[in-house]
Amino acid sequence: MRRDDGGRIDRSRVLRFRFDGQEYTGHPGDTLASALLANSVRRVATSVRLGRPRGVFAAGGEEPNAVVQIEEPFPEPMLPATTVELYDGLVASSLAGQGRLAAGPDPARYDAVHAHCDVLVVGAGPAGLAAARAAAATGARVILADDQPEPGGSLLGTRDEVDGVPGADWAAATAAHLEERPEVRVLRRTTVFGYYDDNYLVAVERRTNHLGAAAPAHMARERIWRIRARRVVLATGAHERPIAFAGNDLPGVMLAGAARTYATRYGVLPGRRAVVFAANDGAYAAALDLADAGLDVAAVVDPRPAPGELWAARLRERGVELLSGHVVTAARGDGQVSSVEVSPVSSVSSGGVSSIDADLLLVSGGWNPVVHLYSQSGGTLRHDEAIGTLVPDASTQAVEAAGAARGVFALPGCLADGTGAGARAASASAPARPVDVPRAEEPPEAAPLAYWLVPAADYAGHFVDLQRDVTVADVRRATGAGLRSVEHVKRYTTAGTAHDQGKTSGLLTSAVVAHALGVPVAELGTTTFRAPYQPVSFAALAGRDRGALHDPVRVTALHEWHVANGALFENVGQWKRPWYYPRPGEDMEAAVLRECAAAREGVAAMDASTLGKIDVIGPDAGEFLDRLYTNLMSSLKVGSIRYGVMCRPDGMVFDDGTVIRVADDHFLVTTTTGNAAAVLDWMEEWLQTEWPWLRVHLTSVTEQWATVALVGPGSREVLAGLAPGLAVGVDDFPFMTWREAEVAGVPARVCRISFSGELAFEINVTSWDGLRLWTAIMDTGLVTPYGTGTMHVLRAEKGYPIVGQDTDGTVTPHDLGMSWVVSKKKPDFVGKRSFSRADTMRADRKQLVGLLPEDPDVLLPEGTHLVATGTLPEPPVPMLGHVTSSYRSAALGRTFALALVRGGQGRHGERLYAPVGDALVPVTVTSHVLYDPEGARRDG
Amino acid sequence: MLLIPCPWCGPREEAEFHYGGQAHVAYPEDPAALSDEEWARYLFFRDNPKGVFAERWSHSAGCRRWFNALRDTATNRIHGVYRVGEPRPVAS
Amino acid sequence: MAERRSPAAAYAGRFEAASRGEALRLAELPFLTQINVRVDPSSPAAGDLGDALGVPLPVEPNTAVRAGSGADEVTVAWLGPDEWLVVAPEGYRLELLRKARGDRHGSIVDVSAQRTTLLVTGPRARDLLAHGCALDLHPGVFGPGACAQTTLARAQVVLIPREDGFLVLVRSSFAAYLAEWLLDAAAEYVA
Ligand SMILES: [Zn+2]
Repeated sequence: MRRDDGGRIDRSRVLRFRFDGQEYTGHPGDTLASALLANSVRRVATSVRLGRPRGVFAAGGEEPNAVVQIEEPFPEPMLPATTVELYDGLVASSLAGQGRLAAGPDPARYDAVHAHCDVLVVGAGPAGLAAARAAAATGARVILADDQPEPGGSLLGTRDEVDGVPGADWAAATAAHLEERPEVRVLRRTTVFGYYDDNYLVAVERRTNHLGAAAPAHMARERIWRIRARRVVLATGAHERPIAFAGNDLPGVMLAGAARTYATRYGVLPGRRAVVFAANDGAYAAALDLADAGLDVAAVVDPRPAPGELWAARLRERGVELLSGHVVTAARGDGQVSSVEVSPVSSVSSGGVSSIDADLLLVSGGWNPVVHLYSQSGGTLRHDEAIGTLVPDASTQAVEAAGAARGVFALPGCLADGTGAGARAASASAPARPVDVPRAEEPPEAAPLAYWLVPAADYAGHFVDLQRDVTVADVRRATGAGLRSVEHVKRYTTAGTAHDQGKTSGLLTSAVVAHALGVPVAELGTTTFRAPYQPVSFAALAGRDRGALHDPVRVTALHEWHVANGALFENVGQWKRPWYYPRPGEDMEAAVLRECAAAREGVAAMDASTLGKIDVIGPDAGEFLDRLYTNLMSSLKVGSIRYGVMCRPDGMVFDDGTVIRVADDHFLVTTTTGNAAAVLDWMEEWLQTEWPWLRVHLTSVTEQWATVALVGPGSREVLAGLAPGLAVGVDDFPFMTWREAEVAGVPARVCRISFSGELAFEINVTSWDGLRLWTAIMDTGLVTPYGTGTMHVLRAEKGYPIVGQDTDGTVTPHDLGMSWVVSKKKPDFVGKRSFSRADTMRADRKQLVGLLPEDPDVLLPEGTHLVATGTLPEPPVPMLGHVTSSYRSAALGRTFALALVRGGQGRHGERLYAPVGDALVPVTVTSHVLYDPEGARRDG
Repeated sequence: MLLIPCPWCGPREEAEFHYGGQAHVAYPEDPAALSDEEWARYLFFRDNPKGVFAERWSHSAGCRRWFNALRDTATNRIHGVYRVGEPRPVAS
Repeated sequence: MAERRSPAAAYAGRFEAASRGEALRLAELPFLTQINVRVDPSSPAAGDLGDALGVPLPVEPNTAVRAGSGADEVTVAWLGPDEWLVVAPEGYRLELLRKARGDRHGSIVDVSAQRTTLLVTGPRARDLLAHGCALDLHPGVFGPGACAQTTLARAQVVLIPREDGFLVLVRSSFAAYLAEWLLDAAAEYVA
């Protein structure tokens, strides 16, 4: 229920929300958890395996129970109610361990930002604020990130004072001071969740979630911060840990510090009458704060013999009974705590139980430093006997932990620790500046006891992992089955594997394992923590990289025309290439057949701008290309063009394309569309690492040029009309030569090359002029535009392979029937030595062939296997090869395919079978050149 | 995300680089003089140590230079970078 | 006859709309002359190229120099130990550089249409680019006189900081992608 006053909530404003169909109200400053507790909602979830009722257990991100589904404004599964800031119109429901993803797309924006700093401080509690303050005083670039809406950390949930003012006020003033500095950035609602190599940390900032439906649409809902820090201070605080006893999962059982936070920060009493069960002095302070806030604290139960007199006196003043040397053996109640059973430590196993009426049982087994990020950074952990937990040990990166994150729990110690860490971190970047340590009162402190497990005969109701429903009995079953490693026990029982990743249960599990095995906890070793510290939505991680921006879309200078003229597009790498240009009523098959016919019988044009282009310049350019291509390039005459193939050293085809000799010391190399960057990298690799003495420079000019392929028997006439100054006759402009000319009023380089077997010209202009050229060609009214669909058919009819489609890195030029492209004269080139390896000389290598299905209408799916017989033998069935390309041909009047077939060059005329669906389709092996094998059409 | 110190551009994110495998595997002087086994050794065999490894990287999204780096394969720490042609430094 | 067209021409209107507020200015600077220069920096040819440009080729990695004014104004950006990008106004005479090189080894390649130049200026220019650029863009680290080849979003770019913002040189085929990305990232600053 809500206190009449106190807390950091704005009682003047009322927020309406719904939970499990019920209307409630809360205030700005509330979390969903605090608002539910204020409305006395005890049951907020159902446990995943056992279906038991569960209540709010913690006050922060470590919450294992109160994991809810947000329904409105936008569905989001599995959020701890303790981390959901309340907003007007929030609709949420309880879960049983599994949430539901939204059915529709998330309309919110998400983004990412890179940030750099000298010092990153994680956590804005007392240690973190002190660290940021000390670091900022030197003028260093500082980022302070904290997961709460306001800075202060533990100070928000206690009544401690710093520098003579309430801790929360000190925190607010310190943060405000920091924010005034130009080189300091304070990030609120920002959880640092990953710590990677070279001090690279990743955080998520929740920017508009807390605004609900009022969130502005133009603002990114969540932002991923990618932070590169010279040094890091981890002031991540500590998580209170539970104790295992019977019924420790009932609603009403809560961490003592959490209850204190609800009372102090949120003005909420999470029950009426409480018993505190603790083995450390911190919980005494919590008990006192809660009593002063109006909670009826019936007793403090402490297994230690006697606490300090000061605490005892303070409890007496408030009428709180102190039961030292006692433990809680059970929480009892129907659906929630109604009574607490207490026993002296000495007689736990022999009875002697008394019962206290209470609806709240506040537990504190001690505090675990939040060492997740430290461990993720590569830092090692050690077990600290005195506080019974893991603390940072040795770092491998420029990081240190400060305050509670390294086991310094008292406030003055945290402030001093943070100040020192901040100053040290900044000293790597800026001159040191002495800073005063903020002052706070030292509390009386007796040694804590690492207390984990209340002994019992039956452990079926002693829970260790509330979210996974794992009990002490489960853990003991695992150790009973012979498991010794905590990691194995966790996998066996699933303890620690829920989305809270065992923040409250991890160490408790270890302790229970140690107890069962009769060894000290320290002997079990430590855990390695992995990112993310908290669950992060995929939408946040994707950021802007989704939808149209998911992957860059590369387009040519002619793209707008293609779009305007109804082209459908094919993705080739990141490029969008026109696939075909359907006319009304045409499907792909009809469009491609029409475009093919235009290219073979009339004149057609394709945008070929995506081919990679590399200028190779220098006196040794010819020799350089001789070393990389299988054939001779240095003998090429200026003005001429040669087709070439590049292999890897293993002799397998890597890329192919044409090489133009522009000048004595200047070649222009074209690559396949998908390989442009790889070929340039490849050439640079050989040039820089193997042949640095060659005087050659390489420059990519892929996008400098737009390229139009003008194809077909009518292409000469069309070109002549567009380029009146160019002699286009077969003798003036022979095959495999190029000319400078003005085409359509634009300076151009025209090449007589053909990827279709038809008379063809490739016209290159600067990409600025590409659209001008293309428009002029189309304005003749004589030319049919065609796309990659048609290009594939035309080249396949001629048996021209496509690297990456008809090859797969296991195919030599010889396998492609292209021995003619492999020089026998050159002493060496990349790949040559491999052609005399036994494996590359095998007669039964897979070789490129043509296939003609016996039914000329059957189109073989690409990838179809080929077998020798018309009925399948018992497996394993010998596979002879597979179909690499398959089309309908207008020119052949039938379907055909290219395939890689074992010993294929010796199989021409053979019948093979292709399993298609349930049928075995008979096909005839032929030469891979199916159209115009004598090359009669090349010159028009 | 590693920061890889390009010998020219300085530290840049790993994503700007291409990996090039083991360094100091020179293309044989005269491949024709090698036996099939020797050639296969050049083609297919590389070291795979746990610890410091001399390897090649290309700053492909930056200056496009190939260089060598000494990287500890167990810790990902880069102990030094050096340009092609420079001798392998002693790992610190 | 259609006009020549720059790679981000279709974005002129949206760039202008995004530039109406105080925070940002986005624009394409189309048709600039860009020349890729490859030469041994210690060679006499490098010296002569510097003379022709009016400023020595910068040999310090990640730096750019500016010289000249009006039609002769050039920015020379270091791209690699033997590679530079010259950015100059439209009409700048490439032949001057070819002449300076003479018949010595080195390459002078016209790459004017290979990349286009986007101008990103205004008080939030740095914040905008930081959404997609992993470099430290702090003016004390990456101010005028610097340059970098790196990635912005998922596109490779040459970044050249100016007094009031940045030149972003992007491959022409990526220009539309990067324009869309910039406009999307700018939504928060221009609304
Ligand atoms: Zn570099």
